[in-house]
Amino acid sequence: MTSTVEAPPGSRVQLRLLAGSNDGRLDSHLAQHGRLPAFDTSQVIGMARDAGLTGRGGAGFPLWRKLSAVAAAGRPAVVIGNGAEGEPASGKDRALLTYAPNLVLDGLQLAASGTRSAVLYAPLGAHRALRELIDARRGAGLDRVPVRLVAAPDAFVAGEESAAAAAVAGRAAVPADKLVRITESGPGGAPMLVQNVETLAHLAMIARYGPGWFRAAGTPDEPGTFLATVSGAVAAPGVVEAGYGVALGDLVAAAGGATAPLRSVLVGGYHGGWVPADAALPVSRAALTPYGISPGAGVIVALPRTACGLLETARIAGCLADQVAGQCGPCVNGLPRLASTLSDLAHRRARPGLPAEVDRLARLVTGRGACRHPDGTARLVLSALRAFEADVAAHLAGRCLAEEGQR
Amino acid sequence: MNRLHVDWTACDGRGLCAELLPELLVEDEWGYPAPRGEMSVPPALEPAARQAVDRCPALALKLTRVSAGRAPGSS
Repeated sequence: MTSTVEAPPGSRVQLRLLAGSNDGRLDSHLAQHGRLPAFDTSQVIGMARDAGLTGRGGAGFPLWRKLSAVAAAGRPAVVIGNGAEGEPASGKDRALLTYAPNLVLDGLQLAASGTRSAVLYAPLGAHRALRELIDARRGAGLDRVPVRLVAAPDAFVAGEESAAAAAVAGRAAVPADKLVRITESGPGGAPMLVQNVETLAHLAMIARYGPGWFRAAGTPDEPGTFLATVSGAVAAPGVVEAGYGVALGDLVAAAGGATAPLRSVLVGGYHGGWVPADAALPVSRAALTPYGISPGAGVIVALPRTACGLLETARIAGCLADQVAGQCGPCVNGLPRLASTLSDLAHRRARPGLPAEVDRLARLVTGRGACRHPDGTARLVLSALRAFEADVAAHLAGRCLAEEGQR
Repeated sequence: MNRLHVDWTACDGRGLCAELLPELLVEDEWGYPAPRGEMSVPPALEPAARQAVDRCPALALKLTRVSAGRAPGSS
């Protein structure tokens, strides 16, 4: 699944987390990286801050600030490594837990320094191998804090921070209201720190090689590498690693290159947005802000020119509407309506005011849920209206540019 | 200034809040409150806002003090 393609000269494609033997074994891990040096909580916070490490689960929040919030709570926290990866187009957390699980477990120990309880929240299918590894590490005296495995359900919202916290507390893995921050008091009362597994793996590398080394990749404002899952019209879909600011074309090239001329590229996953298939476009928060998106969890989907962006977006919106947790009225009612209205447009069931209705529904659901599922869905749909403006006009006239392009 | 907060996991769209606070809230087509604009409560509307909070049958509406820095949504 990892890329074996040589990076083009000058490219930011660069393997770090996935640079080893990728066999998941403890002996290979120790041979490559050695044992994890010991750090106390304030040192871990300091190195995360100096490195500028941000969360790799999608939101991109600075790790050190969350670590500080949990430390300030003054009570023993539960630290959760989040490998749920509910996003269907993402495979990087699963790849990481398969190929470099020891980096994740090292990072979990670092984040859990000063606490007594660590959890790895991961799909059940990964548990057997992880259980063996956790036991082996404990037997080798590597891990001070015991690690408990909790099963992450295969659902889009199960990886959301408060959903992960709920699952770890023995409740249903659905998002909760955010009035009380879980870093102060999670479900069950203890402060909780939820970090994406990739973030933890980067922390394990920073602990060994230093914040300066970490900053040698990426941009000054967005340091380090990230894992990208590249799929769609590419020859070798899979997980690649690159510094932030990597050119979109270099990521596509690292996944074997495009198999067809591209119409557009979905960046940031099902809660992300469409950008032009511009090979030079840097994949960074700074460069993607004009499109209303961020690199998110590193999902890249290449859409060929023969495919209709409205149809593809309607398909994804339908998936997202099916994946509502069922708790919040505006999301439960609004997402299916939004998806079906967009589907009418995508299937050329034109009626007056159809694009305006899609736009209205997207804005209506935004900000009105316990989690960002409605917001992310709306963001994707609104980006499609912008990116495929000519397609919208054609569909209203009963035509489809993708179909006509095929002839 | 205080701010209205809706716990959407608790709200079941009874619609009382939009009736008591029409200046700030409007019902959407499913009966759930939608903000007209900002959710911050001007001092003049503070009593009505408190009444709406107290009467919410689902205890889903809350008044929170506006403070700097919001919690991150996810990692």
